Amino acid sequence: MYKPKAPIDYNNAVITIKGLKKSFDDYHVLRGIDLDLYQGENLVVLGRSGTGKSVLIKIISGLLQADTGTITVLGKDIDKISDKDLQELRIRIGFSFQNSALYDSMTVRKNLEFPLVRNRKGITRKEIDSAVEEVLEAVGLSQTINQMPSELSGGQRKRIGIARTLILNPEIMLYDEPTAGLDPITCIEINELINEVQEKYKTSSIIITHDLTCAKQTGDRIAMLLDGQFQRQGTFDEVFDTNDDRVKPFFDYNFIK
Amino acid sequence: MDTEISTALQLKKKAKKPQGKITTFLISLYNINKFILRFFKEAFLPPFEFKEIVRQCYEVGVRSFSLISLTGFIVGLIFTKQSRPSLGQFGATSWLPSLVSIAIMRALAPLVTALIAAGKVGSGIGAELGSMRVTEQIDAMEVSGTKPFKFLVCTRVLATTLTIPILATYTGLVAMLGGYINVAVNEGTSFNTFVQEFFDPLTFTDFSSSLVKSIVFGFTIGIVGCYQGYYSTKGTEGVGKAANGAVVTAMFLIFIEEIVIVQITSWFR
Ligand SMILES: Nc1ncnc2c1ncn2[C@@H]1O[C@H](COP(=O)(O)OP(=O)(O)OP(=O)(O)O)[C@@H](O)[C@H]1O
Ligand SMILES: [Mg+2]
Repeated sequence: MYKPKAPIDYNNAVITIKGLKKSFDDYHVLRGIDLDLYQGENLVVLGRSGTGKSVLIKIISGLLQADTGTITVLGKDIDKISDKDLQELRIRIGFSFQNSALYDSMTVRKNLEFPLVRNRKGITRKEIDSAVEEVLEAVGLSQTINQMPSELSGGQRKRIGIARTLILNPEIMLYDEPTAGLDPITCIEINELINEVQEKYKTSSIIITHDLTCAKQTGDRIAMLLDGQFQRQGTFDEVFDTNDDRVKPFFDYNFIK
Repeated sequence: MDTEISTALQLKKKAKKPQGKITTFLISLYNINKFILRFFKEAFLPPFEFKEIVRQCYEVGVRSFSLISLTGFIVGLIFTKQSRPSLGQFGATSWLPSLVSIAIMRALAPLVTALIAAGKVGSGIGAELGSMRVTEQIDAMEVSGTKPFKFLVCTRVLATTLTIPILATYTGLVAMLGGYINVAVNEGTSFNTFVQEFFDPLTFTDFSSSLVKSIVFGFTIGIVGCYQGYYSTKGTEGVGKAANGAVVTAMFLIFIEEIVIVQITSWFR
């Protein structure tokens, strides 16, 4: 499997999380998360359904608030940030949602234009058009420009969702289960897209997935969420070199042995 | 920022626990008040989403125009027809235009318009925002640097508040036309005479109270629809609930507001 080499700067953490806890009512979802995401790195987060992976990246983008802990994103403390700064910070973070979250009242073109028109005041029509064409080409879906989201397949929607975040040239990408529910060939295409994005846009990414092929193909590092903490971290081989029965089934299921 | 959502959700959850209907009712009252306050806090701060407000006004108008035209006309026609025998008993059919005018302009036009708009527009807003909530489109908007409350809620509430008075005026005029046709056929009154007799009994208080009413109704329809949709939960089921809740709650409130405003107006007469 080809993985393009993007330089990773291990001295420069774009996201630093310390002692993050989050519970809903009396259900403790995240129980002390410590995590660094380095500049240029693809970090894969694994974990069972309901362990709070989506909650984690929603906290990083300020959609949910942590109970305790410090979360520093691109040098800004998410908890203490002003509304205006949060707005500006969010533009630098791309969020690809689990179910794409395309605006279904708008065409693909309008979907892609939306963040641009809203955030870059005074941008010209020509600049918008060329930016839209560029990201559509990057995800390989130029022909869908005038279609409605309801007319697209699941894989196409995922890719348009990714394109919509790329249009603002984010420094950090958060992918929530980018390959869930897609056929193997489309999965591989999405994995390659994630790697291309890392290389071309120089992004640092967190990729949430259950798909170990995706993890292996895209991840520079794997972190596994077990009982509300990242109890296993390292390269793919390091993480799965264990007999822990909370970890092994992931591997066995994905690569039947 | 959207901690309010999770608190609202948590309150909703608490409301499920057996604490009685009254607590649930009070909690939702508290929530909706917070929602209204937030609207006033955000709606009048720049940036103003003029383009989106105009688009939403257009939507409100288009969605309810045909039904309002039809209903307004029929209400005018039927009301005139049904009132004739009673007035006829006193030999007072010549009072028909002024009777019709008072009924329509004081009460029927704003009320009928609001009820129809609650059904067509309010439920539409509830369903639209509800599905945007459950499919995370609202979150997507938020993380891409657009404030969803401002862009989705404020614009829609302003649009209904501005458009319902215009629609109510239109309903009044269409109903007048319906009344005229009935009178013209039966009494042979000319259009000019009818219009003159129609507007004669109306006072400034009548117009201003109807205007206030329809502004309040419009605001209610918008805010209830948005509230139901914005805080809807639990997948596609939540969308249906939001749409339904928008209509039922809005209609209920509209009747209460009608009673209150009529009472207040009567002190001014
Ligand atoms: N806004 C919320 N309010 C209450 N509970 C929530 C909320 N968001 C998530 N939860 C709860 O937190 C837990 C973790 O949810 P999350 O969506 O992060 O899981 P996940 O790890 O992403 O799972 P999956 O792999 O299925 O997507 C779940 O039990 C969920 O019920
Ligand atoms: Mg998830």
